[in-house]
Amino acid sequence: MATEVITRLDPQSRAAARGWSDLTIRNLFIIPTILFLIIFNIFPLLYSLGYSFTDFRASTNAPANFVGLANYRALLNDPFIWTNFAITAKYVVVSVTGQVVVGFGVAMLLNRAIPFKGLLTTLLLLPMMLSMAVVGLFWKLLYDPSFGIINYALGLGRFEWLSNPDMALYAVAITDIWMWSPFVMLLSLAGLSAVPKHLYEAAAIDRAGPFYTFFRITLPLVAPILMIAIIFRTMEAFKTFDLAYILTSQPTTELISIRLYKMAFQEWQTGMSSALAYIMLIMVVAITNIYVKYLNKVKER
Amino acid sequence: MRNGMKGLFAGISLFAFGASASAQELTIFWAEWDPANYLQELVNEYEAETGVAVTVETTPWQDFQTKAFTEFNARGSAYDMVVGDSQWLGAASEAGHYVDLTEFFNKHKLNEVMAPATVKYYAEYPANSGKYWAIPAEGDAVGWAYRKDWFEDPEEMEAFKAKYGYDLAPPQTWAQMRDIAEFFHRPDENRYGIAIYTDNSYDGLVMGVENAIFSYGGELGNYETYEVEGIINSEQNVKALEMYRELYGYTPPGWAKTFFVENNQAITENLAAMSMNYFAFFPALVNEASNPNAEVTGFFANPEGPDGDQFAALGGQGISIVSYSDNKEEAMKFLEWFIQDDVQKRWAELGGYTAHAKTLESEEFRNATPYNEAFYQTMFKVKDFWATPEYAELLIQMNQRIYPYIVGGEGTAKEALDALATDWKGTFEKYNRYE
Repeated sequence: MATEVITRLDPQSRAAARGWSDLTIRNLFIIPTILFLIIFNIFPLLYSLGYSFTDFRASTNAPANFVGLANYRALLNDPFIWTNFAITAKYVVVSVTGQVVVGFGVAMLLNRAIPFKGLLTTLLLLPMMLSMAVVGLFWKLLYDPSFGIINYALGLGRFEWLSNPDMALYAVAITDIWMWSPFVMLLSLAGLSAVPKHLYEAAAIDRAGPFYTFFRITLPLVAPILMIAIIFRTMEAFKTFDLAYILTSQPTTELISIRLYKMAFQEWQTGMSSALAYIMLIMVVAITNIYVKYLNKVKER
Repeated sequence: MRNGMKGLFAGISLFAFGASASAQELTIFWAEWDPANYLQELVNEYEAETGVAVTVETTPWQDFQTKAFTEFNARGSAYDMVVGDSQWLGAASEAGHYVDLTEFFNKHKLNEVMAPATVKYYAEYPANSGKYWAIPAEGDAVGWAYRKDWFEDPEEMEAFKAKYGYDLAPPQTWAQMRDIAEFFHRPDENRYGIAIYTDNSYDGLVMGVENAIFSYGGELGNYETYEVEGIINSEQNVKALEMYRELYGYTPPGWAKTFFVENNQAITENLAAMSMNYFAFFPALVNEASNPNAEVTGFFANPEGPDGDQFAALGGQGISIVSYSDNKEEAMKFLEWFIQDDVQKRWAELGGYTAHAKTLESEEFRNATPYNEAFYQTMFKVKDFWATPEYAELLIQMNQRIYPYIVGGEGTAKEALDALATDWKGTFEKYNRYE
């Protein structure tokens, strides 16, 4: 029956005149897309998976030799790689937590009747519309110990944000928080505006305090959409490259994606870097799955 | 009609054959910087002489290696020649990306024509093999700029002599350089002692440290046997690394990711008394438009180590013919033109740093700019990093080990170099270099 519905055409249409069914038209649109995906996504993905089991180096004309799981073993036994993963994990936690706190906080402030609310919201969204490279260069100047405005505004003298190995990662995270909090804010605003007003009215009648209202009404109802924001931002933060690469080159800010770039395009260890990319992929998928499971639980409540 | 078609076909064939036998265009690939512009000016003269247009295609330094090797790996013919980094020699020659120029080299006796140290590091691979893959093109090395007005101020000179017991002048040794850096390091006055390379994203920091290592009598390893244990972590190298770390303490604030741009700024913005940089970036320091202190900027060669050794880290590049070029013969003709005495002289006049011994030794060259004398001295005592195909891994390992010590003060110099020796040994074992 369903097929029948799909294939039925308006007898007056040009397609019908040419003898095309809905199915034909659908295939005309879908097949090129599928081909495109196979050629540019699936094929390279499988090709690089094959490379991850070889000692191939793209800078040489030498053939790729099958080495089994040797690349994966070498990577998982490399203490530098684990340091890179630890730095990435720290960065993800700091950055995403900061974005959620700031983004949700600003959304709460905007979720009330204030003058120029629309304009204010649009202006707050500007940072995430900028290019990462521009943001990196811009913040590099802001952090400059000699003439940067941040030290001047905070009265920190010649505090070194990017040169200090202990501070550099936080400096990158602060920039990321500035850039992406608006994204969390936007989603949170959507969630907040969807909370039924009568729940607040009922809470007010019951003389519930703001603390109770927030934790029992607002947060549970916004939580699913907030979780979506967290999933997106975690995946993005895990892959961060440009911001950290432009701002500083401290070993303490060498995220796993930066290590991958160096391995692939400076050292030309193609096989090894393909393996690292797959390890990263597996980790991102695993983390996302955990989040999605949690999201489903939150939704069930 | 048939004859007409035949004639047309013959004409097209002749044109096509003619075009392949003698190219009218050549492309040289290089990084985006002033010397590439000077080279374009030079090759315009080649076009005027021969009618063969040569284009110097450039890309930002950050992409240079990636873009060049991507084209090599694809066996692309986009570039006929490349002015490649000296470290690329091993990777590019072993993979067959470069044309073997040994015969050309010997025929034109380039061993005698070019400064010996430049032949060794820009052209030959493996070390002492007598096989050559490039013609030294842009000679370069690390030298130093300093503020003459600070050094020659009578009050400063008096205070310095009172404190250190000898006259304030461009340093002859690394120990003197340390004293001078300490003397001028005055954060309260926004004036600092010294600007050195610290950027660990490619070869900046490593080049900077090499200046100390080589002048302290150290080596990175044995380039023929790949032996590193006891060489890279030798006593001399430990002392050299300690000195570099000490100098880092006299740099301006925020000096933890600095390379050639920042080190020129240290002079132009009155930040530091002395600044390390490649000679290729010194033209900007004698130009009043880019350096308000041009009049009072002086230059000196890398100072001696404690035992009188004096070497410098090599920069610059040699020019190689790409194996996949469709115009190899024409490129060879271009190289024959390029190595001529008068062309090398003209190359130097335009601002290129020739490695041509006769030109370097000439009084005319040595007096042409305030830094040419220091450059001349340096080009006969340069040393370079490993040129093996796995050089990038070695470079990253060195950065990973020495950067935390120099900038973060983590551990000791001995610990950093011992760990580096283990890393490098492991890498050479991985690539079967000991077999």
